Amino acid sequence: MKVLIDQDRCCGAGSCVLAAPEVFDQREEDGIVALLDPTPDESQRALVDDAVSRCPAAAISVVE
Amino acid sequence: MLRQVVVVGASAAGLTTVEALRRGGFEGKVMLVGAEPHLPYDRPPLSKQVLAGDWAPERARLRAEDHLDGLDVELVLGNAATSLDPVRARVELADGSGVDYDALVIATGVSARTLPSAEGLAGVHVLRTLDDALALRAELLTGPRVVVVGAGLIGCEVAATARKLGAEVTIVEPLEAPMVRVMGARIGGLISQVHADHGVPVRTGVGVASLAGSMGRVTAVLLADGTKLPADVVVLGIGANPAVGWLQGSGLNISAAGVECDATCQAVPGVYAAGDVASWTHEGLGAQLRLEHRTNATEQGIAVAKNLLAGPDNAQPYLPLPYFWTDQYDLKIQGFGLPAAQDEVEVVEGDLESRKFVALYRRAGRVTGAVGWNSARAMRPYRQQVIDGMTPAGA
Ligand SMILES: Cc1cc2nc3c(=O)[nH]c(=O)nc-3n(C[C@H](O)[C@H](O)[C@H](O)COP(=O)(O)OP(=O)(O)OC[C@H]3O[C@@H](n4cnc5c(N)ncnc54)[C@H](O)[C@@H]3O)c2cc1C
Ligand code: SF4
Repeated sequence: MKVLIDQDRCCGAGSCVLAAPEVFDQREEDGIVALLDPTPDESQRALVDDAVSRCPAAAISVVE
Repeated sequence: MLRQVVVVGASAAGLTTVEALRRGGFEGKVMLVGAEPHLPYDRPPLSKQVLAGDWAPERARLRAEDHLDGLDVELVLGNAATSLDPVRARVELADGSGVDYDALVIATGVSARTLPSAEGLAGVHVLRTLDDALALRAELLTGPRVVVVGAGLIGCEVAATARKLGAEVTIVEPLEAPMVRVMGARIGGLISQVHADHGVPVRTGVGVASLAGSMGRVTAVLLADGTKLPADVVVLGIGANPAVGWLQGSGLNISAAGVECDATCQAVPGVYAAGDVASWTHEGLGAQLRLEHRTNATEQGIAVAKNLLAGPDNAQPYLPLPYFWTDQYDLKIQGFGLPAAQDEVEVVEGDLESRKFVALYRRAGRVTGAVGWNSARAMRPYRQQVIDGMTPAGA
């Protein structure tokens, strides 16, 4: 799975970091999402799906 | 048996409920009913990127079309629910059709309040829907004199965007400071300063008496102190009412605060509510609560889907940490918790002068909230303190 983020949409809510801390982080300066791992292991799928669903800015998507 | 779930309100809360049902393994039928003709879109960009013209309207869509297809949801758009009979478990729609459900989720959000004197006056706007945003944008591009009534989240954001588009903008707020309800007077007062720095005066502590018009178009805003503010465009950001008109006569417990639910977001057996329309018992705060924040729409939708799948006996109370953000000019503000206007405020990171800080709010020694300016990441460590402060003593 490949995780895509749209930093323009991100509002820095940090919900993704709470949902999947091994995949997402926030930039120090402005809190905008940063990808720690663009191709996470399959074991992270449930957490990443949760992050996609929780992100209030619809800034995260997953492609296979 | 849960075979057919109907979700009314095709926006953030409704769509998230549908997604969470599918992710939770629900294989029955799901219908998502929306009053607006558009595919589900997001509201926060309406006062920001969409109003500014930085995004085409399609960019505000919540999900791509193929993602929606993948949800296997029957999407009914441009067709409002008009009534509910919870005994027969049936919803009637505006086109005269009806639909039966095993479970219903109410996610109809809120509608913007207006003023009686605005009735039939061109140039007066509210901002709740995509169509509202596009209509307001078209007028802002003519470089008008704009008066924004109400310095809450939406009023402040619209003022900032209108200014960016070159309009001459004034904000009028009856309370003592902008956004005072979510940040208190001290930090809220700083917002006035930010707007003033951008050439947008904020007149606080004075209400609007009425709107004046000529030949069907607004010409001025008359204030309670007798001032007359000339205006080509007026934006009303004076709050919103839960969209519950269609539930009159349903027997549900509807109050001015919305659809009254228990701690699990259930209104009556088989009927749940999520998002801006839902009032529920937050057991951590020991209070009946309704939040108009974007993250709540998502989290409550997920919570409702889980409770639907778990069944009433295993349903869990919904205990979110309230969270909001707002973007005005280059300022990004975020808040956790529910600080009240009279809480003590302590700046714990940065300082007010540099407009980069985190402030903690306390009441009777307990942390009630945290507000950060241009400090998204620095806010994170305070999250837990706010959660701890929300748990009733002894719990
Ligand atoms: C301009 C604007 C800017 C915002 N900015 C921020 C922000 O920066 N940060 C933040 O935290 N929050 C913000 N919010 C608040 C956030 O957008 C809301 O909390 C969120 O949209 C609530 O989602 P919801 O799905 O509960 O309700 P809504 O988004 O209101 O959706 C309800 C849907 O139900 C539909 N509906 C209503 N009645 C019926 C009916 N009878 N039948 C069928 N459908 C019906 C409506 O057409 C609507 O599409 C903003 C809101 C607005 C309007
Ligand atoms: S949850 Fe979404 S909006 Fe929030 S930081 Fe992550 S990507 Fe950005």
